[in-house]
This record gives sequence, C-alpha cells and structure tokens, in this order.
Amino acid sequence: MHHHHLILRVVTKLLAGTIILYALYVQFHGDFSPGGGFQAGVIMAVAFILYGIVFGLVAVQQVFPPWLVHKLVALGVLIYAGTGVYAMMLGYEFLDYGAFDPGHPSHGQHNGILAVELGVGVTVTGVMIAIYYAFAGRAPRISDEDW
Amino acid sequence: MAGTVTPHDAKTLIEQLPILQVLVPFCTAPLIVLIGSRRMAWALAFAAAVISLVISYALLMQVYGGGFISYQLGGWAPPLGIEYRVDAANALVMLLISAIATVTLPFAYESVKDEITSKNHTLFYACFMLCYTGLMGVVITGDAFNVFVFLEISSLSTYVLVAQGAGRDKRALTAAYDYLIMGTIGATFFVIGIGFLFMSTGTLNMADLADRIAEQGTNRTIHAGFAFIVVGMGLKAAMYPLHLWLPKAYTFAPSAVTVFLSATSTKMAIYVILRFMFSIYNPDFIFALNVMFLVFMPLALIAMFSASFVAVFQVNFKRMLAYSSIAQIGYMLLGIAIFNLSGLTGTMVHMFNHGITKALLFMGVGALVLRTGSSFYNNLNGLGRLMPLTVAPIVVGGLSLIGVPGTAGFVSKWMLVQGAFENGWWVVAILIVLSSLLAVVYVWRAIEVLYLTEPAEGAKMAEAPMSMLIPMWILAIACIWFGVATDLPLGAASTAAEVLLSGSFGMVE
Repeated sequence: MHHHHLILRVVTKLLAGTIILYALYVQFHGDFSPGGGFQAGVIMAVAFILYGIVFGLVAVQQVFPPWLVHKLVALGVLIYAGTGVYAMMLGYEFLDYGAFDPGHPSHGQHNGILAVELGVGVTVTGVMIAIYYAFAGRAPRISDEDW
Repeated sequence: MAGTVTPHDAKTLIEQLPILQVLVPFCTAPLIVLIGSRRMAWALAFAAAVISLVISYALLMQVYGGGFISYQLGGWAPPLGIEYRVDAANALVMLLISAIATVTLPFAYESVKDEITSKNHTLFYACFMLCYTGLMGVVITGDAFNVFVFLEISSLSTYVLVAQGAGRDKRALTAAYDYLIMGTIGATFFVIGIGFLFMSTGTLNMADLADRIAEQGTNRTIHAGFAFIVVGMGLKAAMYPLHLWLPKAYTFAPSAVTVFLSATSTKMAIYVILRFMFSIYNPDFIFALNVMFLVFMPLALIAMFSASFVAVFQVNFKRMLAYSSIAQIGYMLLGIAIFNLSGLTGTMVHMFNHGITKALLFMGVGALVLRTGSSFYNNLNGLGRLMPLTVAPIVVGGLSLIGVPGTAGFVSKWMLVQGAFENGWWVVAILIVLSSLLAVVYVWRAIEVLYLTEPAEGAKMAEAPMSMLIPMWILAIACIWFGVATDLPLGAASTAAEVLLSGSFGMVE
C-alpha cells in the first residue's frame, strides 16, 4: 500500500505546509490585498483535504479529529460575535469597531476587521473539513462488488 | 487625530436591547456546541429563551403606545447601515416567539430524550437556538436584505430540526427534503423580489424604500418585486395553494419542533408580508389593494374551508392539527384582505392567539406520543379517562381553536367578523362563522376519541411528566386568560394595526 503513489505522497507532504502558510497570508493580508477570512478558511481546509485524499481519512482524522472540527466551527462564530460584544461592553454599538481605538477610529476599524475575519476563517476551515469528513466518511449502502 | 478621544456617549443596556434580542440566542448556539454537554445544552438554551422573553417584554412596553426604537449595527447610520427597528407590530410578534420558545424548551426536555438519539441532543439544541435567532432577526430587522439573511438562518436550521424526526419515522427525511425544496424556492422568490426593489430604488432599508417609492411613484419593476415577495413569503407562510410542505413537515417532525414551528415560523412569514405590504408599499397603493381583494381574500376563504374539510377526515391527530393550521393561516390572510383597523387587529391578535393555541395542542399530541408512541386516533382511545391531567388542556386548546367565547380564539375571530361587517362584507362574516363549524367537527372528533371511547382492556397509562404538564397548563391558562382579559394582546395588536395602516414605521400619533 505504502509503495503506491510515491510522487503524490512526497508532493503532498511538501505542499501541505506551504498551503497552510499561504492560507495564513491570505487571512492576515486580506485588508491590503484580495482575500480575507472566507478565502483563507477554504485554502486552509484544502491542506487537510489534500492530505486526507492522499493518505486516507484515518490519517487525516488523527491530525484533525472530527470533534475538534465541530468545536472550531462554533469557536469562529463566537470570535465574530465576541468582537461585537466587546465593542458593546465598551459602550458602543454591536460591531462598532471604532470602539477599539477611540482616538483613531480608522485604526479601530482595522483591528476589528482583523478579529472578525479571524472568526470567519476559523469557521470556514471547520465547515469545509466537516463537509469533506461527512462525504468521505459515508459508508456506501451497497459495496462496489455487489453491483 | 491620534491621541485625541472623540466624545462618545456610552450606550446603556436599555439602548442595546434590540441587538441583545438576537444576540443572546445567537451566541448560545455556538456555546452549546463548544461546551458539548447534553445537560448544559438544555439549560443554556432555556436560559437564553428566558432572557430573550424578558427583553421582548421590555421592548414591547417601550413601544406599546406607539413610536419606535432604532438601532444601528456597527454604528453605521441607516439607510447605508443595517438598522434594527422595533415598533408595536414586531414587538408583539417577538413577544409571541420568545414566549413560545420559553414554554417549548421545558416540554422539549423529555420529548427530545424520547424521540431523538442521545448523540444528537447538543446539536439539536444548538439548531433550535439558531432557528430561534433567525425568526427573531427576521422580525426585528429594518433592512430588507437582512430579512433574507435571517430567513435563511431560520429555514436551514428548521430543515435539520424537521429531519430529526427520522429516528422515529424515516418519512421525516422526505418531509424535510420537500420542505427544503419548497422553502428554498420561497426564499429565492423573496430575494428576487428584493432585487427588483433595489433595482428600482437603489436602497435596502425598509423606511428608505417606503420613502423612495412614495417619492418616485411606482412602476412595473416595483410591481414585479411585490409579486415575487408575496409568493416567496406565501410559500413560507403556507398560504393556501403553496401549503403542500406543511402537513408532512409538521406530522413527521419531532413533537417539540412541531410545537415551536407551528406557533412561530408561519406567523413570522405573515408578519413579513404585513410589513412589506403596509410599511414599504404604501397602503393607499392601489396595486396592493387589488392584490388583497382579488388574491388574498379568495385564497384565504378557500384555505379556511378546504383545509378544515381535509382536517375532518384525518385519522392522525398531529396531521389533523397541521391541516387546521393551514385553515387558521387563512383567517390571518383574510384579516389583511379585509383591510381596516378591526380586520388588521384581528390578523395580529390571531397570530398571537393561534400561536399559543396551536402550541398547546401540539404539546398535547407530543405528550400522548411520549406515552403511547403514536398519534393515530385508534391508539388514543379513551385516554381522557386514563390521563385526565394531560388531556384536559387539549380540550381547552380545542375550544380555543374553534373560537368558543371565553377563549383566546374567540377574541380574534370576533375582531375578524367585526372587520368584515365594517366593510359591509356580511357574506365573509358568515363564512368565518361557518368555517368555525368545521373546526367544531374536527375538534369534536378528537375529543370523542379521547373521552367517549373505551380504553383498551386493562390499559394503564401514566400521566405525562411534570416538565410537559406545566408548560401545557400554562398555555391552557393563557388561552383562557387572553380570552377574558384581552388588554395586552388586543391593545398591542391594535397599536400594531394602526402603525401598519399609517404606512410608516411607528410614526403613529
């Protein structure tokens, strides 16, 4: 089994790290260049999905267990909402990022967007991987030999 | 200028209430998933429902006499930013939704344990909270596109909730699938309608839309938008020919889900129709008037009779109630078509009264299902004698559904009849009474099965657990309370109707 697809396995191992790095770039550079949490989340998930396709579902679920995926989905939403709640606690409207730097509201907006996009990125990563797990983990009703 | 602090008045908790109304359930959903404990899931959901009930009561009291509250999300002023706008019309609907959630959750505790595999409990409550968030958001928002976003949040979680009935009956899956297809078509139509409005006016804020339509006059695009919005929301509201998803979804969904949906989700859709019709399209707008007279009234009358007639011949208690819901939605649409203060008050008050009545009845069915495992009449023989405390509230609910004087159902039907008479539509008034007679038939059939048939030989049935009995009795008392002391719903509903008829958001004198 391990002798098959040598090139694929080597290339995947090389690429996985690079893809994650690129995802982080898209995530945190999203305010200056095209990108943001949504795109970054998908790219991040691609690293794990690629790993899963080449090395199998069991291997990728050792790295990223399904329960953790579910928690990530929820965590991202909480980061987003939490940013808004933090602004409320500072006496501003929900999601008014101006609250984070009253002396310089545009800096506040900048910081707020980064925090919110982080939440989006975490949730999208989780959702994409969860969808992959759901499809890949589904046992066929009729095995291929029985057709 | 870096370093200089621009003056800013800190918002108080009271000023933050409109957003908290949506935020409390919304944050609870991911918290439930993060904590991941079955017991905590229920407790958190219930706490969120109670908090949001308090908030909606506080909001209703602020706008009870007229006026409105506006909340700007992210500090961006409308019409550019998203605005939450509370007036008497949506405050009443929010009170209904949060009250129903608060009584449904204690009921759900045992019911969910019985009907849904324990693995899914935490996710079930998370979904329930998301559905609740969506409904609240649709009702509170003053931004047309935001309505669509929240509509999708509530719809998607509803499909999942309905599908949870698959543990008991696999047909829940096809029911959820049908609902998904129909609901998605509805949402698509709705968003196409909003697209037409945006194309013609260039704005999405409801108050701004109303201003611009009044300013620039109407055109084909706006008419087409109206048609799409009414059909889209009509699908969600189960308006008569678009109701096909409803009986299946209500029959096969878990009991707790049916209780919650029957009392809230169709009412939410009716509210949106009202809001678009009256607040965005000016009520003097002759086109909307024609739609009401030529489309809403005949469809409402057909719904009242045909759905009631079908309900009479059902052999499944839960399915019978589902068909009765379609008929009751007919009454609400009829109130819109009557188009005067009494008729519209009737619609608003019927949303509220029918919400508590139907929730009570579906809870009754849920309690019977917990004990007998079935909602078919032939399994419910003589249960009124074996479990009197459980079945008595069902009778109260049945009476309110018919509209017997002294129950909540009477008040709203009375308002509708009064509205019809004010227009001189005495035929319609008679039809309202006649269709109530059909309700007598289908409710009597259930009561006959429950009380006047012999229970199975040697059958012993325990009463439903306390966590179900208490919510049922609370709703039963509410059905009678709001039938006798009609101040709260009727007062709020008539303010709401005035707000809607005046065609502006809460600008009533």
